[in-house]
Amino acid sequence: MVEFSGIKEIIKPENLVYKRTDIMTDNTLSYCPGCGHGTAHRIIAEIIGEEGLQSEAIGVSPVGCSVFMYNYLDIDWQEAAHGRAPAVATAIKRLLPEKFVFTYQGDGDLAAIGTAETIHACNRGENIMIIFINNGIYGMTGGQMAPTTLPGMKSSTSPYGRDVKTMGFPLKITDIVATLPGSYYVTRQSVHTAANVKKTKKAIRKAVQYQKLNKGTCLIEIVSNCPSGWKMTPVQSNKWMEENMFPYYPLGDLKTPVE
Amino acid sequence: MAKIRGSIVVNIEKCKGCEVCMVTCPTGTIAMAKEVNGKGYNYAFPANPELCIGCANCAMVCPDGVITVYKTKI
Ligand SMILES: Cc1ncc(C[n+]2csc(CCOP(=O)(O)OP(=O)(O)O)c2C)c(N)n1
Ligand code: SF4
Ligand code: SF4
Ligand code: SF4
Ligand SMILES: [Mg+2]
Repeated sequence: MVEFSGIKEIIKPENLVYKRTDIMTDNTLSYCPGCGHGTAHRIIAEIIGEEGLQSEAIGVSPVGCSVFMYNYLDIDWQEAAHGRAPAVATAIKRLLPEKFVFTYQGDGDLAAIGTAETIHACNRGENIMIIFINNGIYGMTGGQMAPTTLPGMKSSTSPYGRDVKTMGFPLKITDIVATLPGSYYVTRQSVHTAANVKKTKKAIRKAVQYQKLNKGTCLIEIVSNCPSGWKMTPVQSNKWMEENMFPYYPLGDLKTPVE
Repeated sequence: MAKIRGSIVVNIEKCKGCEVCMVTCPTGTIAMAKEVNGKGYNYAFPANPELCIGCANCAMVCPDGVITVYKTKI
């Protein structure tokens, strides 16, 4: 491994405060530089490691940029057809109720082609965790407009910006899920700063506990960036996300359990 | 009073040069190298190592998980 390190005397095992979790494989992530998918993967992996779930966890990977997620976390996986992850996860959890089952889906996957699966799995209260990466665009296929694309936002299929008169309004599917009796814990977070990473980890940890208690569907939306699709540098994309995505998709809990 | 000192290690061949760690660092420890790695990215490195406080903010936001952080009191 080629490394560049700071002050050598401090680099000792007893001083270690942060290292890449062993749940992540050594494979290089296929994501563009600065893409939030990588950070989201890593914190899910950290929780799986910290909660001792490596042999219990079964992930359902989507179609989209994160289609190869099964190469990056060293746990059991099932790939689903585009949008069908909640249906696949339903079957897995019902057959293997002792396992920790989660889906990982983009906005095109979860809120466009998979809308029916999302709504019905949440309405049935399936005892699964859904991680929803909302970058407001179809990243993988070349930055086409998604149901989540902001009003006026340019994409390859809305080159003059999304005109809500003809293209409709951005779908706040997480808000809809929060109204369904089957959903138990619904929250919207981000992973672009250290403080937000900590909050999102906390949310995932809660979802793990709720699944152990058979409480119902937990959906965690992560508002994320797509520097390539948005045609910005990673740093610019995070700023744009704060200024444009967060006002429309405000961070925070949408449904918290009444305990 | 004991002073907190940190040190980071960057796996430069896996760094994608996104600069997210650099702008997140509260102490200005990190800069981007003028040289590129095998993939052609200007990698991140601790340009001002004496400033690092070991807060791990950089490692937490690195999408590629290539930063390791150490911390001690001197
Ligand atoms: C049945 C089917 N329809 C369409 C596609 C093409 N397709 C692949 S990925 C994708 C959208 C991905 O967008 P999103 O879920 O937001 O993920 P991202 O890449 O942005 O993370 C589409 C439409 C497909 N692979 N399969
Ligand atoms: S296209 Fe967008 S979502 Fe896909 S890896 Fe690149 S930056 Fe990430
Ligand atoms: S550990 Fe903290 S101070 Fe040190 S380089 Fe990373 S962000 Fe900067
Ligand atoms: S955040 Fe990670 S990948 Fe991006 S420049 Fe820093 S070390 Fe490299
Ligand atoms: Mg998307």
